[in-house]
Amino acid sequence: MEPGEIHALLGENGAGKSTLMNVLYGLYQPDEGEILVDGEPLKLRGPSDAISAGIGMVHQHFMLVPVFTVTENIMLGAEKVRGGISGFLDRRRARREVVEVSERYGLRVDPDAVIEDLPVGIQQRVEIVKALTRDVDLLILDEPTAVLTPQETEELLTVMRSLKAAGKSIVFITHKLGEVKAIADRITVIRRGKTVGTASPEASRDELAALMVGRNVRLTVEKATAKPGKAVLEVAGLVVDDDRQIRAVDGIDLTVHAGEVLGVAGVQGNGQTELIEAIMGLRPTLAGSVTLDGERVDGWSTKRVLRAGVGYVPEDRSVDGLVKEFSVAENLVLDIYDRPPFAGGLALKPQAIATSAKERIEQFDVRTSSASMPVGTLSGGNQQKVIVARELSRPLKLLIAAQPTRGVDVGSIEFIHSQVIHERDIGTAVLVVSSELDEVLGLADRVAVMYRGRIIGIVGPDTPREEIGLLMAGITPEAAADRAEARPATDDDVPTSEEEA
Amino acid sequence: MSSPDPQPGSPDKDPASKAQAAQDSLGNTEQAEDATTPQAGPAGAAPDGAPEARPSLGRLFLANLWAANTVTVTVLSLVLAIVVGAVLMIISDPAVLSTYSYITARPSDALNSSWTLVSGGYANLFKGSVFDPEAFTGWLNGSNGWQAVLAPISETLTYTAPLVFTGLSVALAFRGGLFNIGGQGQATLGVVFAALAGFALPLPPGLHLIVALLAGALGGAIWGFVPGILKARTGAHEVIITIMLNYIGTYLLTWLIVQNGVQDPNRTDAISKSVDPSAQLPRLLGDNLRVHAGILLAVLATWAVAWLLNRSTLGFELRAVGANPEAARTAGISVTRTFVLIMVFAGLLSGLGGSNMVLGSTATALTPQVVAQIGFDGILVALLGRLKPWGVALAALLFGALQAGGNRMQSYSGISLELVTVLQALIVIFIAAPAMVKAIFQLRAARAARLQTSLAKGW
Repeated sequence: MEPGEIHALLGENGAGKSTLMNVLYGLYQPDEGEILVDGEPLKLRGPSDAISAGIGMVHQHFMLVPVFTVTENIMLGAEKVRGGISGFLDRRRARREVVEVSERYGLRVDPDAVIEDLPVGIQQRVEIVKALTRDVDLLILDEPTAVLTPQETEELLTVMRSLKAAGKSIVFITHKLGEVKAIADRITVIRRGKTVGTASPEASRDELAALMVGRNVRLTVEKATAKPGKAVLEVAGLVVDDDRQIRAVDGIDLTVHAGEVLGVAGVQGNGQTELIEAIMGLRPTLAGSVTLDGERVDGWSTKRVLRAGVGYVPEDRSVDGLVKEFSVAENLVLDIYDRPPFAGGLALKPQAIATSAKERIEQFDVRTSSASMPVGTLSGGNQQKVIVARELSRPLKLLIAAQPTRGVDVGSIEFIHSQVIHERDIGTAVLVVSSELDEVLGLADRVAVMYRGRIIGIVGPDTPREEIGLLMAGITPEAAADRAEARPATDDDVPTSEEEA
Repeated sequence: MSSPDPQPGSPDKDPASKAQAAQDSLGNTEQAEDATTPQAGPAGAAPDGAPEARPSLGRLFLANLWAANTVTVTVLSLVLAIVVGAVLMIISDPAVLSTYSYITARPSDALNSSWTLVSGGYANLFKGSVFDPEAFTGWLNGSNGWQAVLAPISETLTYTAPLVFTGLSVALAFRGGLFNIGGQGQATLGVVFAALAGFALPLPPGLHLIVALLAGALGGAIWGFVPGILKARTGAHEVIITIMLNYIGTYLLTWLIVQNGVQDPNRTDAISKSVDPSAQLPRLLGDNLRVHAGILLAVLATWAVAWLLNRSTLGFELRAVGANPEAARTAGISVTRTFVLIMVFAGLLSGLGGSNMVLGSTATALTPQVVAQIGFDGILVALLGRLKPWGVALAALLFGALQAGGNRMQSYSGISLELVTVLQALIVIFIAAPAMVKAIFQLRAARAARLQTSLAKGW
């Protein structure tokens, strides 16, 4: 990094951008290697070390107290006290400082406004002012445009330019090509925790996209050609909001046939989670329909959808998939505990549950010392196998697998993939959602690319990665030419509830 | 926060825990990261998932409670409470305290008088609740009947019965992830309904008792249903609602007692008519001993709750919702329905506990104090019993014994009955702060680590 430089860090979700920056900010400790500031190696034990070394960070999720005023939030952690007597806050001095800093850099904020009343873009500005009042030279902006409207993004870019003019260095983390090209002086592309290249902003979008997505050897999944049958799942004009009432799925049409795998690719946070949750009855649909085997299932309870023959591997196994305190056996019946043979009337049948658990553990190669071990003590891969075993152990019409191999070791990945393909081959319709492009390409018979709540294209699995990479960045081959350069983000591009790190 | 993932379960004796601990930490890496990040600094980069992954206050509390889940800590907590109780006895006795003013000159005075006081007090506590040797020798020489020998036990069981119900009520709700602070209110409604059915309905013996008990259960269930449905439908926090309903219940009782048709026509003070003998719980050991059939019902209820929790589909739902509501929802369990059911069952149990107070031998008519503190004591009992049905029953037995013995301690040793309440509170405080107990007794770290990981087996 050089003074007065805007350095963009580009990479897919999970590439390690945020982790790297958290190390820089002292939140995580590096396992190896060192950080040099002005040629001196720097040991950061916490954010306060980073701040005193002149490093400031604006997080993707703001760290502001909603009921405090702008001034109070900015002084938080570095409270000014009156006359050196601790306990007496000197609000006036703090306020003066806020006004002074915001004027110097042209960052207009009302020092007396309460945070929760401010729009997101202004809140972000408060974060930036907060960092600047700590006298930082290097400012890290972690996915700053993810939550901004196009206008707010424009303003942010302006602010960044003025900061640059004032000699501050900025690390700008993003996965949006347009913004990078608009503002960065230098671009570093990170993939799977490694720097895969540096580029100048003159590089074409195609080059950047290729670097970002990579040209890895495709994860090969042994499979025969699909023999698609009738349509099992039909989604038409589906509209779904996310938790913050922001449109996440914006009119999606989708069909999955029996005996085929439809892969949904896309950068995480483009509505995939909401799409699946809506199909599963976990999230209300605002418009459109979901049809399973000719029957409307939107508005059904989750239990009813599951009973209708839908298997569901949720994307976050520790939150949605498993009860960690429960035994492996109990988790294996988590969604069928009240059905025969596992229950008769109100009573559970522990014997049947244990017997079936033993079989599943065998069949799905779950490595555990016993079926009565709490599932939380298993490795990630084995936990995932428990979920897959549970979902595949009943007759299915449709299997929905979200991030089926996230955080799973290679051996388990292969096993889970082969199970998914096996399920396809016995005639189940399969919908796989993954932010791992390799996984989607390996499993899918057709690939739908999601971008900002829409299916931006459906292509064959043999489509070149670069083309899919462009689609994931929102660029259709036809539209590529006439897209505006610095295409600003809109607020439906918000990352969803999963770790964006 | 980084260490205890909620890992409830019974203590397991197999010490394969080191490997287990390692595995555990591996399995929980993602969560651990989520959890530690916000602590690391004022501006921790919490990944989006963190708010969900971060255990709620309730679950953290649960985790802490389980974390030291051993008989050892419980017993040591008792010992500590007894020691602190002894100090309080000495401080609160002016005569003994005055000997301390010249302790350097004649230490024997202070030590002897303290020992006499403390040992006498605790001896009476024991004699009043478990076994009185004098009564036993008296029975042998024929100076008193066998009833006197069993009297302490009878008293203990009489105090135990309602606490079992309210303790189970709190424990059941806790296992489903809900803080039921409303045991008191639910018990109050139970008392009211049971008493009304007890003196207002002319029914034959036997049936009358059953109807009165069911009425009590219904009263409690209604008082549990209200917070349950409010939480399910509107997200209102059950702690606030149940606390408020406690007040409403208490004042409803006070108001109701003096109404026409309820108040005893021969009395001017606040007391209702008496429950018909046909609706009273039969005494088990004759009319001279107070122990009544309520204790049998309590045992039955303990068994029923144990079955419900561990062997029924509803219990499965309840435990799943309590441990991970998101996963339960994803697996098709209706979390809101489960919340309502949990509170109804919890209220029902507390209502039965209340019924015991007016259909048993403690009282036969409504007075403003008829419920005593059984609802609040139920919270302590549930915590002391580690939220396991049979543990709760044992904890209730201990608290019942303290109550019974406290009465004798007061009349024979002149030590205030409130000391018993302080003892109960101290025991629970020590249990809720296992780290303190471990530090005081210098329990080995390795042992503590084993406790941490040994938690989660088949519950």
